Amino acid sequence: MNPEPQDLIVRTVCRRLAPFIQLFGLYVIMHGHSSPGGGFQGGVILAASFILLTLAEGAEMVQRRFSAATLTVFMSAGVLLYAGIGVVCLVLGANYLDYGVLPFLEPRSVGMLVIEIGVGSTVMAAMLSIFRDLLTF
Amino acid sequence: MKSLHLVVTAVTGLLLVLGSLDMPDTGDRRSPPATNVSPRYIESGFKETAVPNMVTAVLADYRSFDTLGEVTVIFTGALAVLLILRSGREEEDS
Repeated sequence: MNPEPQDLIVRTVCRRLAPFIQLFGLYVIMHGHSSPGGGFQGGVILAASFILLTLAEGAEMVQRRFSAATLTVFMSAGVLLYAGIGVVCLVLGANYLDYGVLPFLEPRSVGMLVIEIGVGSTVMAAMLSIFRDLLTF
Repeated sequence: MKSLHLVVTAVTGLLLVLGSLDMPDTGDRRSPPATNVSPRYIESGFKETAVPNMVTAVLADYRSFDTLGEVTVIFTGALAVLLILRSGREEEDS
């Protein structure tokens, strides 16, 4: 599978559309705790925007923007962020992943936001790196 | 050997089906989860977490361990896929 660059109309529309899709993906991640959504869904939307760009612009774009190493770092960093916030809670004297002790105004809300970001990072990078490897398979 | 695999699969499947027969019906209001934890989440979920989305409160706070497991599964699955995809190939790009 090696998508060729599409014609000008398709490329322009996809390039104009992608930032809005990415913004929506970030919104879904950030608002996971107050509206439907969360890290899993937002991460997939973010990855889908890059996949759309790749299908329009050709395989070279995603390979240039995201090296395999970068994606692996994002993938691991998400899990690490999730597990790390649990360890922070542990250090602050509560149970693992018991966000109540975090030093914020609404600690549980903030804790959930952090783990949603971690989940989003992992899901996005996992989708993208599988897609990236399939491109050059 | 192949028939042994078949027997093991069949027996495991049968045990799983037998186990699922005792599950409470979907939406049963007298099932243990619906009488114990669900009212607790509904009544004190917002008070305890200050998060208006009850689903996320359960998913990311009360059952955070479960979600951590899900993320780890996705991570591990992606790693396995990547290892298979990259296995028969020279390292040409980083």
